[in-house]
Amino acid sequence: MASETIAVRAAEAGRRTIAERLHDWVVTVDHKKLGILYMLYALCFLVIGGIEATIMRIQLVAPNNHFVSPEVFNQMFTMHGTTMIFFVAMPVLIGFGTYLIPLMIGARDMAFPRLNALSFWLTAFGGLLLYFSFIGGNGLYGAGGAPDVGWFAYAPLTSPPFSLGHSTDFWTLGLLVSGFGSIGAAVNFITTILCMRCPGMTFGKMPLLAWMNLVMGGMLILAISPLTAAQIMLSIDRYLGGHFFDTQAGGSAVLWMHFFWIFGHPEVYVLIIPAFAFASEIIPVFSRKPIFGYPVMVAATVCIGFVSLSVWAHHMFTVGMSSYANSFFTITTMAVGVPTGIKIFNWIGTMWGGKIQFKAPMLFCIGFLVQFLIAGLTGIMLAASPFDWQLGNSYFVVAHFHYVIVGGILFTIFGAFYYWLPKMSGRMYSETLAKWHFWLFLIGFHLTFDFMHIPGLLGMPRRIYTYEADRGWQVWNLIVTIGVFFQAAGVLAFVANLVWSLFKGDPAGSDPWDAWTLEWSTSSPPPEYDFARTPVVQSRRPLWDIKHPEDPDWKYE
Amino acid sequence: MSSAAFAEPTNQGQWTLPSRGRVGMISLIAAESAIFTIFVVAYIFYIGKSLSGPAPKDVLTVPIFATVCLLSSSLSIHLAVRALRDARVGIFGLLWFLTMALGAIFLIGTGLEWRRLIFHEGLTVRTNLFGTTYYSLVGLHAFHVTVGLLVIALVMAFTLLGKVTPKYAERLEVFSLYWHFVDAVWIVVFTVVYLVGR
Amino acid sequence: MRWTEQTRIGLSKMIGITVLLAGFFLAASLCLGAPADSSRTPNIFKPVSTPGDSIFHLSLLVLAVTGLIFLVVFSLIVYAVVKFRRKIGEDGREPAQVYGSNQVELAWTVIPVLIVVVLFLATARVIHSTQDAPEPRGAIEVTAIGHQFWWEFRYPQLGIVTANELHVPVSDPSRPTPTFLTLMSADTDHSFWVPRLAGKTDLIPNRVNHMWIDPYKSGLYLGQCAQYCGVEHAEMLLRVYVEPREQFDDWVHAQQALAVSDDSANEGRRIFESNGCINCHTVRGTVADGSFGPDLTHLMSRDTLASGIVPNTEENLRQWIQDPDSMKPGCLMPAMKLTDGDLNAIVAYLETLR
Repeated sequence: MASETIAVRAAEAGRRTIAERLHDWVVTVDHKKLGILYMLYALCFLVIGGIEATIMRIQLVAPNNHFVSPEVFNQMFTMHGTTMIFFVAMPVLIGFGTYLIPLMIGARDMAFPRLNALSFWLTAFGGLLLYFSFIGGNGLYGAGGAPDVGWFAYAPLTSPPFSLGHSTDFWTLGLLVSGFGSIGAAVNFITTILCMRCPGMTFGKMPLLAWMNLVMGGMLILAISPLTAAQIMLSIDRYLGGHFFDTQAGGSAVLWMHFFWIFGHPEVYVLIIPAFAFASEIIPVFSRKPIFGYPVMVAATVCIGFVSLSVWAHHMFTVGMSSYANSFFTITTMAVGVPTGIKIFNWIGTMWGGKIQFKAPMLFCIGFLVQFLIAGLTGIMLAASPFDWQLGNSYFVVAHFHYVIVGGILFTIFGAFYYWLPKMSGRMYSETLAKWHFWLFLIGFHLTFDFMHIPGLLGMPRRIYTYEADRGWQVWNLIVTIGVFFQAAGVLAFVANLVWSLFKGDPAGSDPWDAWTLEWSTSSPPPEYDFARTPVVQSRRPLWDIKHPEDPDWKYE
Repeated sequence: MSSAAFAEPTNQGQWTLPSRGRVGMISLIAAESAIFTIFVVAYIFYIGKSLSGPAPKDVLTVPIFATVCLLSSSLSIHLAVRALRDARVGIFGLLWFLTMALGAIFLIGTGLEWRRLIFHEGLTVRTNLFGTTYYSLVGLHAFHVTVGLLVIALVMAFTLLGKVTPKYAERLEVFSLYWHFVDAVWIVVFTVVYLVGR
Repeated sequence: MRWTEQTRIGLSKMIGITVLLAGFFLAASLCLGAPADSSRTPNIFKPVSTPGDSIFHLSLLVLAVTGLIFLVVFSLIVYAVVKFRRKIGEDGREPAQVYGSNQVELAWTVIPVLIVVVLFLATARVIHSTQDAPEPRGAIEVTAIGHQFWWEFRYPQLGIVTANELHVPVSDPSRPTPTFLTLMSADTDHSFWVPRLAGKTDLIPNRVNHMWIDPYKSGLYLGQCAQYCGVEHAEMLLRVYVEPREQFDDWVHAQQALAVSDDSANEGRRIFESNGCINCHTVRGTVADGSFGPDLTHLMSRDTLASGIVPNTEENLRQWIQDPDSMKPGCLMPAMKLTDGDLNAIVAYLETLR
């Protein structure tokens, strides 16, 4: 009986219309489809955010340039930052987690499939709401357009007298809505990882990706909520005449900063920890060794999760806090560098003594390793608060955080795409095109973000739509802008590779990389139900145990 | 490579994992606690900082009765779920109704207090910092009570239609965690607004 | 064949990264060490004041430590990538599966902790010495008030109000005469940043901040607002004139005087005082006492207009009054829509305010 049903369904599958297939994607609660939806959504916004950055860089290529007006420039940096954090980085990382976690822990789906779908659509709608501001932000006053208050929207710039029209409200509400989606995703991640692991998979035998997404989920829960609260307060100020951040009524501008950065700093750890997860899965496979120091990696991640909740005011060193407060945040910020550094050493330890294969995923992870090292070190420089009194709010900071987010996170995301695309689509990508992508992007990244440190050291603040010619900043800005076009070429190669692989890629088979975690035991792409029978595992690398029955991992762990 | 190749379990019977509903609800409660914490911090920060207008001690009266009702509803919901587990659906229905009534009394009490504050004392959201933080914090809590009460009313309707049976006890227990959370928040809000802040 | 390709990839990657990094360090050292082509460049590594010096010295320690860490770890990565690459022609055997090492983990935990302790102690000293420095007698006191998009400077002890261009005396290290600034804001957040003098400190409404400078070398030092404050944040420039004591005293004396009353400009003054100008601007000694915009009493003593963006010439002044938006789009000074005659008269009047 069952086999007849399956046969009938298979025969009908080829005859589904486009509308039916589209409908399938829109109403799906399957974690794999939702994960792919998150990723595609993020890729679209990556291109849009990149265009916003390109516009800014062209404006800044020369002093006193007139490529765009100051109003447009200010909208560009606000939208670029907001888009990249909330509608590129978070969706793509949540998307990978949504796709991979059930497959890696031997479950059939996430704990709450409908909540999963709701979270995606809330996130998606939030982004559309934000972008609708370009059209609809011109409120009754004729002012507005897209928000132009910076991605951290400091008070009282966001109060009604300084922020006319509704542009700020599109920022607030767009993020409020997508914030609920993020909390939903976090609840799903935590519940899935805690409650749906296959038999034998104790906490000590979970893939590092599961551990890191668990920590990320916990941090999302604690981090997004302060932003939600602050945005509700801002809306009460703007619409109901409240005074939370109204300095004329005794309100405090610094309170907004505290609330925002209590969100903002853990948020960047929310972004980097899944990136660590990708590196922790890819580097071992392409070094042909297990991850070095699994328990320490787990402990370091949990440690980072906790300590990162105590560092937020290093974004506020120039605000005039007492010397004791500045000292406190200096030491906590430096302290969080210790577990982070330990992880870098562990990745090197994984490569050490291995047999490294320089396929695209590994190339991007090696780039990540070097770049994240540099980014961490410039972070230590910024942690020394007096040094931050010079470097803060300058292009040095902009260079630092782009080094982390692009050089660190985006590189591992590219690596993750190349690593898991064969699993998701059943097709291999073109290794040649991927190498073009890597080199073009690497050159562009370094041209832009290495040299971007220098204007910061020479006194160039951030968020300025132009600058004076006598400051000595123009040659550096020119180099920075040139790098943008190399990066764009790299991303073009990436998109071309994705599309090419879907049509012309070789069939991948279930395990093209000879890897060891559970997702590689399914077909490529996996069947809708993921696993026909719930797997039972005995070690951290179940497929290694099967491939090497004479020398299984569980003897050594 | 098929999953059939995996090792047969040696102690399969002992693989227990926490309940999804509970973990999910606890995660949600953690997120909500973080939101409330920020509002409480704002309230405490602004105590005494209003530039003008009524101060808490001038206009606030301690809502003892409403508080007792709300906190008792935690007890009644707990007993209700226990009754349902023991398959005493009639008792469950009564206790569930009691929970709903106590919650409604709390909300009505809040509404009456707000009416007095707005129309007799002239305290609104825009009056001063006290007004802003008071209505936001108490209002956020009341909103969560309202959402909970809507769910309780829905379950009440299902009970009257005879659809609620002991097999739903686990689900209602998970929901009751939310209701206990709402009550715990009220203890904090009550302490900060009516005891410390006055 | 593939072995060579692998080597080529690995090596060219290393060379590429190394070249870029070398280029970065070379460029950095060029701009930091060698004489800049423009003495106006606000280079944080060329301080002329104690707060800037303290930061500079701390930064040398931090850069040395982080530089060393980078060299060590980067070398390890390069070594690992070169030495442990797969060579085709080998058997397909997996390498030794090493799971970890407690001793190694301990070592690379303890050493970073020690580094953090050292860096923190050095940093805490500078934090304290800068933020908690007592104000000596004889210090110049300035109140800086940030506006959208200009700087108001008041010298309460000296009875001076001016805008955008700050004059301070040179401070002799043996008998320091620092300038202590009180920072406030009239509207949104701003930040006072003159890199060669000190780190930046924010100006936040409903909050009073403090900073100090004691420049020991006279000259003109440039800076600008460093906290996004609205549409013209980029054009809220700062000019700090550090002058020998006598020159500073002369400047103070000139600023303390009431506005020059030049009869040849009476017509312009009359038009100025009967238009909306006096609602925003003060000219001490006349009926103009508005405080929304900069004090114009000694407008002609300033080198620039519109907070530093254009030289103070008659042409620029005329264009500024006629249409401020054409020079600083989005600034808060309205276009006064004067007739040509009125405009010329007013410009002539303002040109007398030396």
